[in-house]
Amino acid sequence: MEALLAFWDGAAGSSYAVWSATLVRATPLLLVGLAVAVAFRAGVLNIGAEGQLMLGAIAASGVALGFPTWPALLVVPAMVLAGALGGALWAGIAAWLRHRFGVLEVISTIMLNFVAAALISWMVRGPLQEPTQVYPMSVAFSESARWPFLLSGQRTHLGLVLGLIAAVALWVVLQRSAAGFRVRAIGAGATAAESAGGVDARRLTWRVFVVSGALAGLAGASEVGGVTWALYEGISPGYGYTAIAVALLARLDPRGVVVTALFFGALEAGGASMQRNAGVPAVTVQIIIATVLLVVLATARWRAQRRAAVLT
Amino acid sequence: MLELTLVPFLEAAVRTATPLAFAALGELVAERAGVINLGLEGMIIAGCLGGAAAAVIGGTAFGFVGAAMAGLIMALVFAVFVVRVGTDQIITGTALTVLGLGVTGSIYHLWPALAGSGASLPTTGTLTLPVLSEIPLVGRALFAQPWPTYALYALVPTLVWWLSRTHAGLGLRAVGERPAAAAAAGLSPRRIQFAAICFSGVMGGLCGGTLVLAQVGSFNEGMSAGRGFIAIAIVVLGRWTPWGTAGAALVFGGAFAFQYLAQSLGLGWPYQLFLAMPYVLTLILLAAQGGRAVAPAHLGR
Repeated sequence: MEALLAFWDGAAGSSYAVWSATLVRATPLLLVGLAVAVAFRAGVLNIGAEGQLMLGAIAASGVALGFPTWPALLVVPAMVLAGALGGALWAGIAAWLRHRFGVLEVISTIMLNFVAAALISWMVRGPLQEPTQVYPMSVAFSESARWPFLLSGQRTHLGLVLGLIAAVALWVVLQRSAAGFRVRAIGAGATAAESAGGVDARRLTWRVFVVSGALAGLAGASEVGGVTWALYEGISPGYGYTAIAVALLARLDPRGVVVTALFFGALEAGGASMQRNAGVPAVTVQIIIATVLLVVLATARWRAQRRAAVLT
Repeated sequence: MLELTLVPFLEAAVRTATPLAFAALGELVAERAGVINLGLEGMIIAGCLGGAAAAVIGGTAFGFVGAAMAGLIMALVFAVFVVRVGTDQIITGTALTVLGLGVTGSIYHLWPALAGSGASLPTTGTLTLPVLSEIPLVGRALFAQPWPTYALYALVPTLVWWLSRTHAGLGLRAVGERPAAAAAAGLSPRRIQFAAICFSGVMGGLCGGTLVLAQVGSFNEGMSAGRGFIAIAIVVLGRWTPWGTAGAALVFGGAFAFQYLAQSLGLGWPYQLFLAMPYVLTLILLAAQGGRAVAPAHLGR
């Protein structure tokens, strides 16, 4: 009971909880959730959003630390771009391995997550470490590289706006354009789409990998630019894995991802509050996430079976 | 000089390869039955905790029983969803991994005594086989190890025989290649897949048990550290054969053990390079194999 109260207080109990806890946590989940949704739509099993997020964080930090004197109007867009490029590059490795060498992306993206974690660990103890070389973190970003807040006194930042724009853009592209139709077609069956629809599945999956990685990388940039203002090792508490639940619960619909990211953001915020105030470990939230995933999977399956039974 | 660095390196390679081989051989059997078990990581961490908890109560041997049981419980959940309900294998597996890490992490924080922290865990000592362990260079690496390593020496040829010479083994492979044909021949693909998943869970649990009771000596949150995913890659590298899988596991043991070798050689490379090495090696070897190895035809569907 005490834990539940702490959960409510942390997730939705006050305007601070909503604007400075839940929405701040929902922001990376929204971006990474979209990354997973677009990949899964095309049948690309990108389990590597976690690593792509880390690369985005490293790249954006590199820009922020490399050009501390640039004005905000220049450095913030450069961080956005660098983050997206970093994530796209990391996903591009998996795409290249799949197309050139036939390596399944399920395995390669997971392996790349571990490599990214080692890379970030080296960065904060090597090239990007703060000058006293005591703490495994970078020096704090200059004022201009800190992303603007949306409301004064609240911690929700520019990243949320970028996430919402990305959600709308992705929905329009997927639902309303020929390219989106082709993405959905190869997701439903690559061979059929190629032979009947004349779709170049290879080129399209390349693009899906890149877009998915860019979105995840953007989430990394948004975390360092909007939340931490420095590069840390534990920049992501597993957002890339939670994102799979976010995307699936939304049935891979970008509009739905906005809602489910908010839901999981509240879970994360409530979980952190439970840990602070009731001594319940935040990792317990993972049990809830896994349970949600399993329930969604099972109900989707049962619904499909019922539909099949009605048709026959 | 060579003796001094190489012998401990080989010993460490075999020691680190042992839990990986347990998990990979379990995954091998599941995949030959057409099931890709991405929940293996969750089963391993469950095995770590189950092994530690049971060892506190009843000693090392009981610890391994507890590890196997914990892996089996996770596998039962996975099997019910994948085989009975028919959910997507990849995503269900991911959920099981998240579940395993969440449950074990919560128990570790909430009831540390249950995870065996604070208590000194009984561990298996090294069992040095006379004569054999005196073979130059490889003797100690192969025959001065905790006993789970020796269990593997028996398991690999048994699996080869079982998969290629028994009705049950051939039936399992038929289910992985052509379930419809297997069903027409009077087999029950669902029951066979269910059993194969349970086996992979027990093996994943034993991987965790070996990790805790023969190597580390304590439970730590997230100590499986991606071994489940590496085991899946090992099966691909081993081309879905028991000997190949055991060999690939040894290569990975070597990659993990390389950091000890580098330390003793005094190489001044950043240690993160060694942390990343097994994963980079996986990617390079998978790319070198070029997707040529033939997976069971019905894998993952």
